[in-house]
Amino acid sequence: MVNLKSEILNLKSLRSFRMATWLGWQIESNWTDPFLFAVYSIVKPLASALILVVMYGVITSGDFNAPLFSFIFIGNAFYQYVGAVMTGVSWSVIDDREHYRTLKYIYTAPVDYMAYLIGRGIARVLTGSFSVFITISAGVLFLQVPVQLGAIDAPLFLAALAIGIVMLAMMGLVLAGIILLIAHHAGYLGDATAGALYLFSGAIFPLDVLPEFLRPIGYLMPITYWLELLRRSLVGSVAQAFPTLAPFSNAQLLAILIGLTLLFGALSFFAFRWCDRRARERGLIDMVTNH
Amino acid sequence: MTVGSGMTPIKKQTGWRLYAQTIIGRAYPRVIGTQREKSWLFFDVFLPVLAVAAYVYVYRAMRAPEEYVGFVVVGGAMTAFWLNVLWSMSSQLYWEKEQGNLALYIMAPNSMMAILLGMALGGMFATTLRAFAVIVVGSLAFQVQYAIAGWLELLAVFVLALTALYGMGMMLASLFLLLGREAWHLSNLAQEPIFLLSGFYFPIKSFNFWIALGASIIPLTLGLDAMRQLVFPSGATLGFLSVPIEIAILIVLCVVFLIAARVLLAYMERLAIREGRLTESRR
Repeated sequence: MVNLKSEILNLKSLRSFRMATWLGWQIESNWTDPFLFAVYSIVKPLASALILVVMYGVITSGDFNAPLFSFIFIGNAFYQYVGAVMTGVSWSVIDDREHYRTLKYIYTAPVDYMAYLIGRGIARVLTGSFSVFITISAGVLFLQVPVQLGAIDAPLFLAALAIGIVMLAMMGLVLAGIILLIAHHAGYLGDATAGALYLFSGAIFPLDVLPEFLRPIGYLMPITYWLELLRRSLVGSVAQAFPTLAPFSNAQLLAILIGLTLLFGALSFFAFRWCDRRARERGLIDMVTNH
Repeated sequence: MTVGSGMTPIKKQTGWRLYAQTIIGRAYPRVIGTQREKSWLFFDVFLPVLAVAAYVYVYRAMRAPEEYVGFVVVGGAMTAFWLNVLWSMSSQLYWEKEQGNLALYIMAPNSMMAILLGMALGGMFATTLRAFAVIVVGSLAFQVQYAIAGWLELLAVFVLALTALYGMGMMLASLFLLLGREAWHLSNLAQEPIFLLSGFYFPIKSFNFWIALGASIIPLTLGLDAMRQLVFPSGATLGFLSVPIEIAILIVLCVVFLIAARVLLAYMERLAIREGRLTESRR
């Protein structure tokens, strides 16, 4: 009996996840024709990367071979996943509650809401991956970013990428829980968190550039280790040129990333459950704020 | 005219008085909102300061000259105006349509142009507070040094840049009148490319002359460039055009965008009514 119940629950979670991913993809992509969608997916990330490229070019007179450039470029490219996945999970609460006004129907349907939210976030992985690929390709083709297909540590890259996406989805779950409880500024929460992590995780500059009292925040963030592993897997020697995480081996970094992901994952799970219960108790599920 | 027994009589206005009252009425929630909803201090100052800090540390990682830190602080503060124009001017009529207010605007005996002007003035006031707060916090945090070359010129550049920018916003608002859910995506798309082309975080002179000239269609490009020339000691050497020329171009942009906004709004309103798009809600 217990096994049957568990199996039904698992099926429900899987189905919710799968359908939410499909729904998320439709919402993300079907607002326009494929051409405009492709332009949208290419122009935005490239413009974001080009801001840093121009800043770097102005100061260094175009010395794109220096390790710092690869550090900045790759960190910025992969950071797109943070905004995409984390904000994707949390934004779907606002979308369903305020925009489509379907959240109460989702709650009353046989849907595992947590799996549903993660599915909505994963849909953004698809669009995010396209943006990352375009950005990295542009860097390799036009800016001498030294990513060589033969030299990529593929197992490390795939492992780090997969763990990172799970970690980001779980972090998005915390934001989704908080958004369930608040009326004002819900739309800003994802951006505020992504902005703070952009600063503290050493995405576009080595952590030792930060004032000493701010660095511990970066060391506590799994994204810091995730980006470092991605850099090392793509351009090993370049990433290791910076002292911040140089003493750690790849295996140590991976272990830290896994440990922090498990920790953040567990915290996210319980935090979301708590927020969800509070939102139900306070009758906030069908709240429409028009804010 | 009274609206009911025991209620305050509302004086009926017509002509320019109604026009002025509409502007004040639409600006009112944006101005008063900043007083009533203090939490904007956190989100509208904290978020831009985070972005500013990230770009400041990038420059420090590159060992850039310190005036670039000042460029980033001023540019980061001015992003608030572009975001306000995008999300609270251009796409505002789309939001109003989504919430059912647009039809009320059209039905009421007031000018849509006055509504847009009210939105612009209210938005300008609220955003100036935010931008000022970002400049103060950013300058204190990163010890930015200013050397103002001409207060009058600086004020003229600021006012002209904002007038032209919000004129552009009013023009775009009329275009967005026809859009459905793609409005959100198009506004989203117009962020980073404009941050890049307008040189929010670096001198626009870094671009090829023709690219910089093309980017000057966005009033903040020349506004920022002129402001940097006027407030930083080395600004003039990194300026794209001389300040008087930039002021002259900004005056032209003000006139062009305000006239274009008026013409386009009248055309788009007619088109939207004819095609039945004023009350549609394509979610």
